[in-house]
Amino acid sequence: MKDNFAIYLIVMAGITYLIRMLPLVLVKKKIKNRFLISFLHYIPYSVLSVMTVPAIFYAASSMTAALAGFAVAVVAAYFEQSLLRVAALSCAAVFAVELIITII
Amino acid sequence: MKNNNNFLKGVTDGLPICFGYFSVAFAFGIFAVGGGLNIAETLLISMTNVTSAGQLAAVPIIASGGTLIELAVSQLIINLRYALMSISLSQKLDGNVRMLDRFIVSFVNTDEVFAVASAQNGTLGRKYLYGLILTPYIGWSVGTLVGAAAGNVLPKSVIAALGVAIYAMFIAIVVPEMKRSRSTALCVAVSVLLSCIFRYTPGLKLVPSGFVIIICAVLASSLFAVLSPVDSVEDENEG
Repeated sequence: MKDNFAIYLIVMAGITYLIRMLPLVLVKKKIKNRFLISFLHYIPYSVLSVMTVPAIFYAASSMTAALAGFAVAVVAAYFEQSLLRVAALSCAAVFAVELIITII
Repeated sequence: MKNNNNFLKGVTDGLPICFGYFSVAFAFGIFAVGGGLNIAETLLISMTNVTSAGQLAAVPIIASGGTLIELAVSQLIINLRYALMSISLSQKLDGNVRMLDRFIVSFVNTDEVFAVASAQNGTLGRKYLYGLILTPYIGWSVGTLVGAAAGNVLPKSVIAALGVAIYAMFIAIVVPEMKRSRSTALCVAVSVLLSCIFRYTPGLKLVPSGFVIIICAVLASSLFAVLSPVDSVEDENEG
C-alpha cells in the first residue's frame, strides 16, 4: 500500500460522505415552496439523463455497438421491463454487435 | 399518504441495483488494479465511497501521486449532485426515520438507490430504507473485490459489453416516467440536449463532467419548475 494512501482515502471518502449526509441530516422540514418542490421533482430524471447521454455512446468498444445497446435499452424500458432485464438485454445487444463487427 | 416501511420490500427493490452494481463494480475493480492500485486499496475505496463516477476519477489521481487538492476538488464537483438528491430524499422520509438513520442511509444514497427511492409512492420508512441500501452495498463491495482479483479471467468482449449496464439501468428508470408525464419527457429532452451541447462544443467540452451534470440538470429542472410546476407532493408522485 502506498504510504499516503490512507490520506487519499480519508479525503475522498470524507468529502463524498459530507456531500450526501449534510443535506439529509439538516433538511428536516417539508419544503412548501412550489418552485423548489417542482425543481426537486424534475432533478432525478434530469440528472440521470444528463449522465447517460451522450456518455453511453462511448461505453462500448465501438459506437455502433453502444448505439445498439442504447436502442435496446430504450425499447425495453418503454415496455416497462425491470431494471435488471433492461440492463441485461442492453449488454447482450452490445456483445452481439461487437461479435458481428469482429467477424466482419 | 402511503408509508413504505417493509424491510423485505426494500431488499426486493434493492436487488436489481445489487446485480447492476456487481457488474459496474467488477469493471471498476479491473480498472483500478490496471491503473496501479492493489486489491486491498481498490476494495477500501469502494467500501468507503460507494460512487462510480467519483471513484473512477480518483484512481489516476491516486495512482500518479496527484495532489490532495486535485482529489478533493474532483470529488466535490463530480459528487455535488448527491447534495441535490439528498435534499430531494429528505422530503420523502417518514416520521419514524431517526437522526442516526439519516447518518447511515446518506452513506449509500447513490444515483440508483435515490432513483428507486424517488419512484416509490408515499413516504419511506427506516426499515424500507435499510432493506433498500443493504444489497447494493454488498454488490458494490463484492463486485469490486471479484473484479480486482479475477478480472483478467474474463474475455475483453464480455467486459466491454458490461460497460453499458449502468446506463441501461438509468434508461429503465427515466423512460417509463417520460411515458407518464409529458413535462418530464420534455425536461429529459432539454437535459439531453444541454448535455450534448457541452460534449460537442469546442471549449465547452473542457468543462469537467461533474460540473456539466450540475449545470445541465439545474438549468433544465429550473426551466420546467417554472414552465410546468407540480402542485403538491401527491401530484409529484402521480407524475
